[in-house]
Amino acid sequence: MATKGKVTGIIANLVIVEADGPVSQNEICYINLKGTDLMAEVIKIMGVKAYTQVFESTRGLKIGADVKFMGHMLEVTLGPGILSRNYDGLQNDLDKMKGVFLKRGEYTEAIDPEAEWDFTPIAKAGDKVEAGSWLGEVTEGWMPHKIMVPFKFSGNYTVKSVNSKGKYKSKDKIAVLTDEKGKDVEVTMMQKWPVKVPIKAYKEKPRPFKIMETGVRTMDTLNPLAEGGTGFIPGPFGCGKTVLQHAVSQQAEADMIIVTACGERANEVVEIFTEFPELEDPRTGRKLMERTTIICNTSNMPVAAREASVYTGMTIAEYYRAMGLKVLLLADSTSRWAQALREMSNRMEELPGPDAFPMDLPAIISNFYSRAGFVYLNNGQTGSITFLGTVSPAGGNLKEPVTESTKKAARCFYALNQDRADSKRYPAIDPIDSYSKYLEYPEIQEYLKKNISENWVEMVSLSKDILLRGREASEQINILGDDGVPIEYHERFWKAEVLDFVILQQDAFDNIDKSTPFERQEYMLERVLEIYHTKFDFKSFEEVNPFFKAIINLFKQMNYAEYKSEKFDGYLKQINEKINERKAV
Amino acid sequence: METSAFQKIYTKITQVTKATCSLKAEGIGYEEIARVNGRLAQVVKIQGDTVTLQIFSGTEGIPTNAEVVFMGKAPTIKVSDELAGRFFNAYGDPIDGGPAVEGKEVEIGGPSVNPVRRKQPSELIPTGIAGIDLNNTLVTGQKIPFFADPDQPFNQVMAMVALRAKADKIILGGMGLSNDDYLFFKNIFDNAGALDRIISFINTTENPPVERLLVPDMALTAAEYFAHEKHEKVLVLLTDMTLYADALSIVSNRMDQIPSKDSMPGSLYSDLAKIYEKAVQFPEGGSITIIAVTTLSGGDITHAIPDNTGYITEGQLFLRRDTDIGKVIVDPFRSLSRLKQLVIGKQTRKDHPQVMNAGIRLFADAANAKTKLENGFDLNDYDERTLKFAKDYSRELLAIDINIDIDSMLDTGWRLFAEHFTKAELGIKDELVEKYWPKN
Repeated sequence: MATKGKVTGIIANLVIVEADGPVSQNEICYINLKGTDLMAEVIKIMGVKAYTQVFESTRGLKIGADVKFMGHMLEVTLGPGILSRNYDGLQNDLDKMKGVFLKRGEYTEAIDPEAEWDFTPIAKAGDKVEAGSWLGEVTEGWMPHKIMVPFKFSGNYTVKSVNSKGKYKSKDKIAVLTDEKGKDVEVTMMQKWPVKVPIKAYKEKPRPFKIMETGVRTMDTLNPLAEGGTGFIPGPFGCGKTVLQHAVSQQAEADMIIVTACGERANEVVEIFTEFPELEDPRTGRKLMERTTIICNTSNMPVAAREASVYTGMTIAEYYRAMGLKVLLLADSTSRWAQALREMSNRMEELPGPDAFPMDLPAIISNFYSRAGFVYLNNGQTGSITFLGTVSPAGGNLKEPVTESTKKAARCFYALNQDRADSKRYPAIDPIDSYSKYLEYPEIQEYLKKNISENWVEMVSLSKDILLRGREASEQINILGDDGVPIEYHERFWKAEVLDFVILQQDAFDNIDKSTPFERQEYMLERVLEIYHTKFDFKSFEEVNPFFKAIINLFKQMNYAEYKSEKFDGYLKQINEKINERKAV
Repeated sequence: METSAFQKIYTKITQVTKATCSLKAEGIGYEEIARVNGRLAQVVKIQGDTVTLQIFSGTEGIPTNAEVVFMGKAPTIKVSDELAGRFFNAYGDPIDGGPAVEGKEVEIGGPSVNPVRRKQPSELIPTGIAGIDLNNTLVTGQKIPFFADPDQPFNQVMAMVALRAKADKIILGGMGLSNDDYLFFKNIFDNAGALDRIISFINTTENPPVERLLVPDMALTAAEYFAHEKHEKVLVLLTDMTLYADALSIVSNRMDQIPSKDSMPGSLYSDLAKIYEKAVQFPEGGSITIIAVTTLSGGDITHAIPDNTGYITEGQLFLRRDTDIGKVIVDPFRSLSRLKQLVIGKQTRKDHPQVMNAGIRLFADAANAKTKLENGFDLNDYDERTLKFAKDYSRELLAIDINIDIDSMLDTGWRLFAEHFTKAELGIKDELVEKYWPKN
């Protein structure tokens, strides 16, 4: 007998329900508003009263409205057909909704039940399997999509039968398994999973040991993100957070990208909707949309569903990771999610923590980040979720609870700097404040040595020193004046500027410059370090500025040119001529 | 609104605070409106049989036996073409002496547009002001505020932009507008002969502050009618959103909510987003563009109101007085239009993005030179040239009294570059320099 209830209190989207039976924390219920069912989640229970957060507007809701409890937590539907979809935070397919305006209580199926899939079996009768084992495969768009033993199955099973090659719908039976007690269970291509529970169908989660290439030089070269790693980008508004995240989503070396637009601008999502079906993935030549799924709860969509949206994104990522894929999950912005938690905590009159955020915010954030990672699956294959989140600190102040909590959880920190943004030095990632913990991992250092060059790690740390010393020199020049410091201070400053302009700064709107493969990054860094190692002969500080400006200009033209093209080499020749003019003998 | 016969009248208020009153009532819907002794009120909380009402005009003089009549609906506005040219108060009642508007009654603050049904904004809004068109180009369907100190001429600039923008309808939402400013808008629109395409919802400083909360929703619901149903280009002007946010904090405070940063309610981001996200480009051609004003105190943009606004809107415009030329300019450093990338170099000339960036970078170099000068250091030749450039750039491009087309702005840019710098100092793509560098 399902539990039922009646509404007894309404404060915005917090609705208090008196239940007539057992209710569990985080259980989903539907509240009837004049014939429309509004989805809600139980977030607190006091005696017979269940406090629920409604994922919709509660306008017009009355005391006494009927409520039915569903007996399960918020779940997503997993199966072929998720790729390239545009979902809302609760995994409703936005394209299937009718009308221009969102209607509350309109829930659509995440997976088209009528679509047919070409199934090829992988497992055979007699195989021992467990949750997450691959039973078969369909082709989803262009990607092999594994059909797995549902994650909810616990213990060991024996395959009794698997369907032969053929076309099936997602709800058709494709296999029969026998459990330890000899009971037969049917399996379809579709399964459900509660979003707040991590999917753990893997053998082990080692430390990340590979780099995830993003094509963004200031990230890849200076502070690389590991495959299966976590990173976050905090920054005041107007510093290019979103442009940077879009660049990463377009260029990153991943099989699948999940973009969670969490409480951000609708037009930014529209940009993805418009451009991703057109833009090409340079690695596969396919359209970007063919490897992307979008979860979107824009800032004007219901607040409670915003919290759900990041979990929906993560659960879908875990599902694809279990197929042995490299997944990149982006969330913009996790601060909006934290604010959604704050709004609910406030309505429930909980005692507030710092800045009125709930006390358990750090725990919630680190729990979430810990779901990312590189894994060895039970069958020996590997899969990964790399997570990159943005944080929108209030007033651009990094000493606020969301940034601080995230700093404890994420391993890469890409601080966006207002001054850099103001002087249009994009991407505005501060090269000195930002860090990647992965650079310290011996297994990552090993990987870089093997895959880029023997002395890459040293080159990177030298680059960081150059930048730091350049900043110090610039401070000295500002304090003591141009002629109050030795000429070498100017040289030191300008050598750092070359590195800044040529390697760190990148034009996200230029077709060539926007994405730089590792090979080219290595080549360019070597050229810039050559300049650094060259001793120049300047008679006065006035000669330093125009010389390096000219060098920077030539390097910039090089960045705009096709790698190793005639033009590219031509600029390099000019640079070398320029260097020789001034080289100290 | 007349009282119908079947409506039950309650006369027993159990609790009155500065902004709210509570009473026992049944069958009441959340966010329903009511009249308490004739004053408009809205349901903000229902707990068992106790209903809490927020009275927009305040509770002064409300007795415990006041007559409470529930209307059975959320606040509404009647929309039709008759709205054009009219002035209303925050409740949507005419204040220009004209008759009430007939039309379709719709609830204000309605649902949001399905993101997949939106179209990417792509139509440039020319204003003639180079500080905007060249460096911070506006696009239909955009939402952008002026961040300004109270002494700056933001209302004037906003009115100028509105009139030059060639919108089909201009909807003014005035919140806490001084009577003088209200008359300013009325006059300038009247003089431009544009009154018939203007609709105004006005809450002046003389009206109770909480009433302001209705103004943006009224204005935007009217805007949705023209943009969605009539496929018109609608420009919505909201001034001043800081006073709107202040009204939010008053209500939240009186409802005993725990304040977050700067005494603002924790839901400030969502509250503001609900308004600004009404800006939209519909696929059928209609659009809603929002230009708002957020006044700052002492230029502080880290305060919760401008800060949250900045995260929601697609950029912001800063005005600043440039003492070198004695004029107000659009600050090129702190201003930003996020949607400009969708149109510059695409609907405008190819060299637009690079001319824009080079100009701003050189202007930044001039600012550094100025700092050097102030600190008593000698300037080198390059510094001197940037300072001269900055002055010309400010006068010929950034000043708000400029009114030229975008090609002329770009040509002016190239002319100033050539006057003060060498080609190598620009850092612009060679092929563009070849094409546009002045020949003589």
